Order: sequence, then structure tokens, then C-alpha cells
Amino acid sequence: MTTNKRALVLENGSVYWGEGFGADCDAMGELVFNTGMTGYQESLTDLSYRGQLLTFTYPLIGNYGINAVDFESLKPAASAVIVHEVATQPSNWRATQSLPEWAKTMGLPGLTGVDTRTLTKEIRSLGTVRAALVDAPSDDIFEQLKSFEQLDLVEQATTKSVYVAPNTGLNVVLIDFGMKSSILRALAKRQINVTVFPADTDAETILNTHPDGVLLSNGPGDPRTMTSCLTQIRTLETRVPLMGICLGHQLFALANGAETFKMHEGHRGFNHAVKNLKTGHLAFTSQNHGYAVDAASVAGTALVVTHEEVNDHTVEGLRLTGQSAFSVQFHPDAAPGPHDADDLFDHFVDLMTQKGAPQHA
Amino acid sequence: MPKRTDIHKIMVIGSGPIVIGQAAEFDYSGTQATMALREEGYEVVLVNSNPATIMTDPEIADKVYLEPLTLPFLKQIIRQERPQAILPTLGGQTGLNMAKALDEDGILAALNIELLGTKLTAIEQAEDREQFKELMAKLNEPVPASKTVTELAPALAFAKQIGYPVIVRPAYTLGGTGGGIANDEDELRAIAANGLELSPVTQVLIERSIAGYKEIEFEVMRDHADTALIVASMENVDPVGVHTGDSIVVSPVQTLSDRDYQMMRDSALKIIRALNIEGGVNIQMALDPNSDHYDIIEVNPRVSRSSALASKATGYPIAKMAAKIAVGLNLDEIKNPVTNKTVAAFEPAMDYVVVKIPRWPFDKFPLADRQLGTQMKATGEVMAIGRNFEEALNKAVRSLEIGVTDLRELRFEQVTTPLLLASLMPARDDRLFRVAELLRRNVSRETIHGKTKIDMFFLSKIQHVVDLEQLLVDHIGDETTLRLAKQNGISDALIASLWHWSFDQVRSWREEHQVTVSYNMVDTVAAEFDSQTPYYYATYDGANEAVKSGRTSVLVLGSGPIRIGQGVEFDYATVHAVKAIQRAGYEAIIMNSNPETVSTDFSISDKLYFEPLTLEDVLNVVAQEQPLGVMVQFGGQTAINLAQGLADHGIKVLGTSVTDMNRAEDRQAFDDVIKQLQLPQPVGMTATTVNGAVSAASEIGYPVLIRPSYVLGGRAMEIVADESELRDYMVRAVQVSNDHPVLIDSYLEGTEAELDVISDGDTVVIPGLMEHIERAGVHSGDSMAVYPPQHLSEHVKQSMVKAAIDLTKSLNVCGMMNVQFVIHDNKAYVIEVNPRASRTVPFIAKVTHTPIAQLAARVMLGDKLADLGFETGLLPNSSQVAVKAPIFSFTKLPDVDALLGPEMKSTGEVMGMAPTFEKALYKAFVAAGIQVPTFGRVLITVADRDKQEALALARRLTDLGYDLVATSGTGAMLEQAGIKTDVLGKVSESDDNAVTAIHAGKLQMVINTSRLDESAQSDSLQIREAAIANDVPLFTVLDTVAALLTVLESRSLGVAAM
Repeated sequence: MTTNKRALVLENGSVYWGEGFGADCDAMGELVFNTGMTGYQESLTDLSYRGQLLTFTYPLIGNYGINAVDFESLKPAASAVIVHEVATQPSNWRATQSLPEWAKTMGLPGLTGVDTRTLTKEIRSLGTVRAALVDAPSDDIFEQLKSFEQLDLVEQATTKSVYVAPNTGLNVVLIDFGMKSSILRALAKRQINVTVFPADTDAETILNTHPDGVLLSNGPGDPRTMTSCLTQIRTLETRVPLMGICLGHQLFALANGAETFKMHEGHRGFNHAVKNLKTGHLAFTSQNHGYAVDAASVAGTALVVTHEEVNDHTVEGLRLTGQSAFSVQFHPDAAPGPHDADDLFDHFVDLMTQKGAPQHA
Repeated sequence: MPKRTDIHKIMVIGSGPIVIGQAAEFDYSGTQATMALREEGYEVVLVNSNPATIMTDPEIADKVYLEPLTLPFLKQIIRQERPQAILPTLGGQTGLNMAKALDEDGILAALNIELLGTKLTAIEQAEDREQFKELMAKLNEPVPASKTVTELAPALAFAKQIGYPVIVRPAYTLGGTGGGIANDEDELRAIAANGLELSPVTQVLIERSIAGYKEIEFEVMRDHADTALIVASMENVDPVGVHTGDSIVVSPVQTLSDRDYQMMRDSALKIIRALNIEGGVNIQMALDPNSDHYDIIEVNPRVSRSSALASKATGYPIAKMAAKIAVGLNLDEIKNPVTNKTVAAFEPAMDYVVVKIPRWPFDKFPLADRQLGTQMKATGEVMAIGRNFEEALNKAVRSLEIGVTDLRELRFEQVTTPLLLASLMPARDDRLFRVAELLRRNVSRETIHGKTKIDMFFLSKIQHVVDLEQLLVDHIGDETTLRLAKQNGISDALIASLWHWSFDQVRSWREEHQVTVSYNMVDTVAAEFDSQTPYYYATYDGANEAVKSGRTSVLVLGSGPIRIGQGVEFDYATVHAVKAIQRAGYEAIIMNSNPETVSTDFSISDKLYFEPLTLEDVLNVVAQEQPLGVMVQFGGQTAINLAQGLADHGIKVLGTSVTDMNRAEDRQAFDDVIKQLQLPQPVGMTATTVNGAVSAASEIGYPVLIRPSYVLGGRAMEIVADESELRDYMVRAVQVSNDHPVLIDSYLEGTEAELDVISDGDTVVIPGLMEHIERAGVHSGDSMAVYPPQHLSEHVKQSMVKAAIDLTKSLNVCGMMNVQFVIHDNKAYVIEVNPRASRTVPFIAKVTHTPIAQLAARVMLGDKLADLGFETGLLPNSSQVAVKAPIFSFTKLPDVDALLGPEMKSTGEVMGMAPTFEKALYKAFVAAGIQVPTFGRVLITVADRDKQEALALARRLTDLGYDLVATSGTGAMLEQAGIKTDVLGKVSESDDNAVTAIHAGKLQMVINTSRLDESAQSDSLQIREAAIANDVPLFTVLDTVAALLTVLESRSLGVAAM
């Protein structure tokens, strides 16, 4: 038995030993967990996880390997992957390599053989916790963890240059805060021609391309550090139909005077039911966020809460009175997760084609 | 929508007797639904004919009708109770069929009674093959192309059109006889021609074969507001081709990417929305392992065996939610009962792996066809939970109680590799062990995958277990290896065997090295939210979450998988013990491995350990919980077999001491007890060699009853009439040795009778006596039984009671005991005692209104029967007469002879209760589904020894107006006695024979007896098979016929000319 013992070190002093796989580099960042029983490839490449050490609660990860079609971005977004048992012999017709092989090639360090249930419970009780994946715990590591801060996550995640995902239908500008490919796929399914802009693009540059609508993407980090883009959102939302997803939703809220907060327990998984407050309809949604819009702060703004989570009643959707602008905290683009909310993209299309007139409160 | 307030009284229809394909899972779903409805404030009227169930307990529903599930009886109950609504989707296919019949009858419309849950039209759309195909076409959802043909040419043309391989399914043949998979035109010619010939309607279905596809199941819930969710996904380890009930199943799916998973989830939700399902539904799909093509196999628009499994696998109680949805509640209005914080509108997330393995009856039916296919053959199943697949698989294997604790099946070590390889397809019940043996011999996974199409993922896991066996052999006494083995579910027993250590050595060494078990919670949310559910599984990989409460606890051992000889009645006893323990103020803890049962519903006990019932696993739970003691009397032979091991480890076994239980079970010790008490007993001897058996039998005198020393439900027990039969038996049925002697008893012809006792050591209460309808020689589980006895003399009854009291006192019984007698020459001979709750406990409890199992549990905890108002002796008779009738599953098991004998064959039972014997008997026959027309032709063909007795019955039949038909021997005898009889030819000699007559629908009833040892090719066997295949009432014991005649005569008004 060859062993490559490595340690996951939490800032509170907890240490979880396991066996390293993938790249043998170290990683440091916020430690989070995801409860999805499938979809590890999508999650690991979801830029909203940028800088985070991602734990899967499902114990067997890597069963169907890594394939060519389920990437959400080109490279791993998470900075480490923590599992109970990694599969070294995947089985699926699409698989091109195993998770450990891919992780090694892509420089993603992994840790297997961890009691991920106990770890999950610890993360749950701590709320936000920083951690490092290292060969062995040391005082130095704990010192680093205490002062560790991640800045400019969006800056690292966003595209450096403008590019087009060509198609034959409507023209949509996608502002990339750390976008998932699944958003592009959802738009492409509707023949939308997408132009992807870096996060810091100003409104005029965008409007000069005469888009039919603008989509604010998901992305990593604390929305309140993103003040620079709020002005552009305020301009865009009055000029063209606008849709926000995840971080895009939080920025849309901030731009219109609502507040966001760091949740004690983030939503990371895809079994969260979200209620459409107008129709009463429930959808199971794919979620990955540690910040949320403060429901109380919405009062007094022109925003209206359209969706909420059924258990903690956090804000899951907003629309702007008088404008064709809305946003959702969850991922209607799924990947991984249910397609239950896919019709929100149709709603966006309706707004752009004037079928869905702006709603007044 | 809030719950409905316009309805107050709801009727729930149960699923009737346990048969293969419809088992204990419906007791679980019905019980849960009934409790859920009452929780919401509705009055519930429950109807079921199965006395062994918990749902028919007076405590479960407001009113319980233990009546036949037939239209006339249901209508009578409906008129009497006037429910405003009926919930039919929780009683299996039986419940649904009854609802359909009631609807068609018009009574529902006439009395303005609503059917709750999924609408009948939706159910029909899901169940009717053609309607379902149409709907799938409309939804653009793929189903395997198929066509019904009546000739060969269109079969060939259709196959050419859809491509080979194709499946041929002949219409109306037993167990799909004559069907098969054709890989090319030549094969199709042969199979289709044969199928057309065998089909009584000359019809076969040609279907594109998807054998080898991954078989995927979803359990889905949907409410009135259109919220739809997946409770659980399941993947069959055995690919398409084996009935899902006969497949090893793992949850959640293991080899699907999220893309595959969501594609199938979308399809499942689309279909159940189109069907307008309101409640629980099961959908089975097939996925091509090499592309993203999938097919829909079927939709079950009701709770099912799979939903019970999904409920236990995830903790999400589907039946309970389905009942709440049926009364108008939506999923976001119902609390998740596991977390008690979140709502039921969520998809459970698991952080463990669940493996289910079916339990087949082939240990009882050595001659049965063990091939698996589209007809389910398993009687029950086990489930196990682990943190990885290997752990769950190994735990499931040792839960099966089939004599193995691991993936080694010693008998396959003797089989050559080519033979093993050849035996992989078609699949058999023991394929898992064959695969493991092949991997052990370094046959490649690719080779096995090529043959079986079992996914490489699963084969790799089995390989891993096999590799661990070798690793253990190579590293005796190595802690790292031991830990690894334990993390992968390998039992101490296997480690002991591989290390040549004793079980206790392994255990104590393991404990010294702190390789000990932890218990994790089944919480539905993968630890995302805090959860209080006291539902645990053991793992060697994780922190312990089980917390011993401050209260004194009692551990009750359940009965494991449902099998012939150990059915749902033991779950009934287990659940009752739990109730009594709780009422006595203790914490009640259950351990069991059966996902179908009420006892493994986490809301029944204070704590549930879903674990294998082996000594290792029980000792672990005992170490964790340190209970006051363990109750072993309720979980059938499974629990009793653990008693000695527990005692050896210093664990307190509550109730009767293990020493005294051994005195009851050990032949020699029991003989001493009997002699000391001077009780009559058939002469018996023990033999350890064939010759010893022959001389013993000749000393006792033929006929003798012969059986192996340790028996469960009469396995391998036979009555032999002479020395040649005896020698044949000794070679065929047993491996006799010093360790395994055979028991030889004088066979006394007579009525069997039995009773159950409850005793606290001082007071001995006998709730009632039961007399069997069939004479000794038919297993008590296969006999009809009547309470109170109708034909026993006062003397016999008194001597039974006295013998029981003497035995109880002598054996120091504390708790329960069952005593069986044969009544021969007006004398009650003791033939067997079981120092535990018996099969008849629920039956006798229900007819005497005495909660026997609860009383037994109370006395085991120290209560005195005298303090509870009882005194020693037989309780006064109830005003009712009750008849219990066995139910068989012969149609599901081709090659199993329907002839009754000392080997138990029934899978379930029904009960008929009425003020008179005749009426109770009538109800029992009706409930058993025996429909005898009031006129018609009756075939009589009996063994020589039965001819005189048959003559009397024949006269009674003709008096009732039946026409008699007979085979030559019986016919000659009847004619000679002056009874008009149609004599048929021999099957091999004439086309006008009994078999052809049955197939042609010309016979309404068959009476057939024969010797147990007759040749398998005899006419008799073929006649029985034909009767089973054509659903013609078949009687193989004349006593049953006599009972039936009693009913028919009592109902017949008779006509006579003046």
C-alpha cells in the first residue's frame, strides 16, 4: 500500500488526515461543502468556487470519471477537492480520464479518505472557515490561515478580453464575473448570440454593441467588494432587459439599494426548493452561494422579492419595478443540478422580445 | 393547499396476504399512511384480510375490518361505514384493483365516495400497455418498440424492422415460459414458433431488447400544486433483463454523470406530471451504457416495494407523505419528519451508500428453477448501509441468512472456471458469489462484464473485496489491513476464518487496536442541517454520532428478510414488543435489516439500528447502547439463533434463559423434559449414519417423519413410508454426520393442534387453542387452522392445556412459547415446542383480543401476569370463530411442486372471522381467492392410500351437483362405487387427458394427491402445474376438500323433486 498522507488543516485547529491525490501542491482558502450526489466535474470547474476548498458530502466521488463535455470552465476553479473516497477506476462511456488523473494534470490538489461527514458538520457549525491542504500541520500554517484573505477573486475569474459565442438569434451581453459555461449553453439553446465582456466593462461600451439584453453572471466572493460595477448595472437596467444570476443577482440588489450579508451556512447543493411567490410553484434549484440578499433591506427599494428558499426563507429572486430586470440567487442554468428553473431563460427572452412587459409593483 | 376539511372518514385498503411481488412493504406503507391520516385528524377505517400485519392491529386504525378483499365484502363494509373517501394507492396492486372494481361497480358514485390520491384514469394510463405507449409517444419519450403477433412471418418482419436482439414474450404462459431473447433470425424462428405454440392464445409480443442496459429507478413524489421531486435514485447492479425485485440494487445511482442523471430526472418528472400523479410513484428506466439513449420501462402509479426501499434508504417516508398529499397538503406545508426543521419539499441528499439484495426461497425449493428474468421470485429483501459500496454490500450479504457471511460460497470452489463462466447468464440468484469466485481466480473483469454487462464499476468493487480477502491472508494480525477490511464491511467471521483465529480473538484484538465501529445517522440531508432522527447505521469510517440516552433501554432483535417460514408475523411481534417496552417506561431500540417492514420505520422505536442480524453486529450495538437486555423471542429463528452467542458474551437475554431455550430446541434435552413430565410424544430416535437411520426407522415402524436436526420451517422434512424411500431421502436431502444427525419420529396420523403460551414463570396464560384442518404431515404453516377447535374432545383440549402448562413451568418460560400437538386416538402427543413468539401470534391475538406479544414483552421486563389480571389456564373462548388459510405463490415459481407436505411452501396467510365455523371457513376460502363455482366439473385423481377417503368426498360433490372427472385409477374406483365419472386418459397416451382439459378450461376444480416421492415426470405433477398455470383451484390434501365441502353444503339450499 502506497500512502501519501496529507492533512486538511482548519483555522480553528482541527486537522483531518487523508491521502493526497491529484497535484501535490498546497492550497489555502475558504472551506465549503456541496451536497450534490452527482456533478463533481461541473462543481470543481464552477468559478463561483474560485479560491475555495471544496468538500463533497457524497462519499464516492469520481465514479464516472472526467469527460470532455461537462466542464464549466477550462480549469479547476476550486483550489482543492476533499472527498471520502475517490474513484480510481471510473466507469462511464464519456469518461476520458479519472478524477485523480485530471486533478494531477490540472494542478488541483485532492485529499481522499477523509471523514467528510464529520468535516461537514464542523463546517456547518463554524459557518465560514478557512483551511489549508498541506503535507502536515504546522504553526506557520495556522498563522497564515489566521491572516489569509482572498481579494480580487472576480478579477482573477473574469475574462481578460471580449469574445463572442456566435449564434443567429438575439444579441445578449454577458458580463463575466466568473461565469459558468452552462449559462452560455442555456443561451445557445435559445439561439442567442452572446458577447462576453470582462467584469469591469463600463455601461457605454456595452450599450454601444446594441444588445437586446444583458446578463450578469455568477462569480466568486463577497459582492460588497464589487462596488465599482454597481453604476454600470444602474445604467444598464433602465436601458435593456437585464437578468442576474447568483453573484449577478447580489450585485443587482446592491445596485438598487438592497444589502447583502454573509450567510452562516451557505447553500451549496442542488436539492434546495425555491418558491415562486407569485405562482406558489416550487422548483428544485442548483445553488452555490455563501452570501445572500437581506430580505429586510429590500423594503423601501424599487425591488420586489419574487422567489424565496422554502426553509430559511432567504431571498432567491428579485425584480425591479417598472423595468424589465430580474435576478435569481440560484442557477437556472443548473449543471450540476435540476433543470426545474430553466424557463427563467425563456422569461428573459420574452422580456427581450417585448412579450413580457415590465411589471409594476 | 391546507388539508381537506370536507372529509372526515377515510377508508384504507390493504394489500391482503403476502405473495411474491407483494409483501411486507405494503404493511409498512399502509400502516404509515393510516397513522399519517389519523395524525391529521381523520377517522380511518382499514380493510385487510391478512392477520399477520401490523396495520390490522386495533391500535393502528379507528376501525379494522379483517375481511376478504373482494367486491361484495368491501361493498358491505362501505355501506356499513359510509366513508367519504377511499385511499387505494397504498395497498399494492390489490388495493388498486379493488378501487377499480368499486369504481366500476358504481357504488362510489352512488354513495358519493371519493377516491383520494392519483386518479383512476391516470392509473390506467400508466398500467395499460397500449395507453402508456400512446402517452409516451405523445410526450416524445422513448419506449422499446414492440408488437403483438399471432404468426411467425410478421414476427420476423417486425424484428427486421427494429433490429436484433429482440425479446419474445408469449402471452399467458406461466412465468413467461417459452419466451427468450433472439439474437438473429434463426433464433427468432425457433423461439417465436415455440412461444406461439405454448401460448394458449397463440400470441407473442416481439420487443426490441434492451437487455444489458443500466436499469435506473426513480422514486418520485408530486403534490396537487405540481411540486415534483425525486426522493431517491436507484441503480440496479444487475442490468436490464432481471426483474428489479430480483436485482441487487444500489442507491443513489453510482455510474451516472449529472448530465445523465438530470436527463433522466427531467424525463421522469415530465411523465409523472403528464400522468397527473398525486402521491408517490416509481418509474423504471433503462440507459444505454454506451450512449445517452434511454428507454422508459414502466411506471408504477402507487407506493411500491421500491418506495419502501427508498424510504428506508433516505429516511424520507414516502407513504406518509403520499397520504398527506392525498388529503390536500402540499409538500412545502409538510415538515420533514427527519429534521423536523426543514420542509418535505426537498430532494434527500445521502452521504452513504445503500445496497439491497433480494432474498430468494431456493433454500426451501431445491428443485425450483433459479434462473432470474422478468418474473420476480424473491420473497423478501435485505438492505444495508455503508460509507462505501463494499461496506454496504458485505453487510447486505451477511444480512441474508443464507449461510454465508461474505462473498465466498464454498460450493463454487469445486466448480470449474468454464462452468462458472457459462453459468453467469442467464442470471441466477447466486450470481454475485459466482462472479466473486471468478474474480478470485483472476478471471478478468472485462470477461465477466462481457458476459453479464454488469457495470465495470461494480465489478471493480467486488474485485476490491476479493483482493481484500487475499490481503488479509497475506497480513495476518496486521492492524492496517484489519482496519481496511473493516472499512470495507468484511465481517469478523471472515477475518477469523482467513486468519485461523477464533471469532472472539478477532473481536478482542480488534477492540484492543481500537478498530471499532461508529454509528452514523441517516438524516436525509447529508449533514447539511442538524437532525434528531434516531436512525443509525454502523461504519468503520467516521465519528460516532449515536448517543446513549440517560434512559434504561431494551434492544429488540427483528427477524431479517421475509422468507418462507419467517414472514411478516415476526415483524408484528417485534413492533408489539417495542410498544410494550415503551409503555413500561424504557427506551426501545430495534435492530433489523429488512427495508420492507414496519419495524424499520424510524418512528416506531426510540432508536433504530439498520444493521445485519449477526452476532458481531448485535454485539456492537449492545456495546454502544448497553441495554438492560436483549429480547430475542420476537424476531423468529433469526433472533433465537443469536441467543447463545449473546449469552456467551455475557449479554443478558431477557425472558426465558438461553439454557432453557436450548432445552426446548435440543432434541435430547427436550426428550428428557418430556419424559420427566410423562407427556405423550411420538417415538423418536436420532441417527448419524444412513444405516443407523434405517435401523432406527424399522424399530420405530413406518411411516416415519424424518428431518435434519436443526430446522427452520420444516426444511428438508419428509414423511417416508418404507426403507427404499428412507434411503432415497438420506442420499438426496441431507448430509448426515455426527455434527448433523437426522431425527426420525414415528408419524402419527391425526389432527394437528397448537397453542401459544405467555408465562412469567408463575402464571401461564394460554390465549387460545388452534386446530388444524389438514392432518399431521402438512406443515403447520401450510395448514388451515381454526380457533377455537371444532372437533377436539374436552379431554384432548384439557390435556393440551395441561401439557403446555407443565412444559412452560419445566422450561422456566418467561415470555412466549408455542407448542404443537398431533391428536392421535384421542390423545394429544407433543411434537414440537418453540420457545419464542410463533407464526400464530398475530392471528390468535386478533381473534382473542389479547395483545400477546405485548404481554410477553411486559413479563420479560418483570411484570406479573397476575397483576395484569390474568390467571393460569386457557382464556375463555371468544364469541368468534376464526379460520386462518395459507396463501401460496406457486404461479411465480415454476418447477415448485404445489403438493403440500411437511416442507412449508406458503408465503402468506389470510383470516376469516365469523360467529360460526362454516361462515368463518367460507370467508377464509374467499379471502384466499379460492373461487369455486356452484356447478361444474371436478377432477379427482388421488394416490391409492387416499382412495377410500376420496370416495366419500366424491359422493358429497355429486350430491352438490358437480360432475366428476377422474384419471383411470381413481375413475375405476369411483365407477365401481357407482358414481358417474368421466374417465380421462394418461397424459402421455391420450390427447383427451387432464392437462389438456385444464388448459381448455373444462375443469373448475382439481383434487389431486400423490406420494411425495413420485417421479417428477408423473401425470400428477403435470396436472398440478396445469392447475396452477390456469388458476384452477387445486387441492392436494383431502382435509382441505372436506372443509370446502362443509362450506359449500352449508351454503347450498338444495333442490329436490317432491
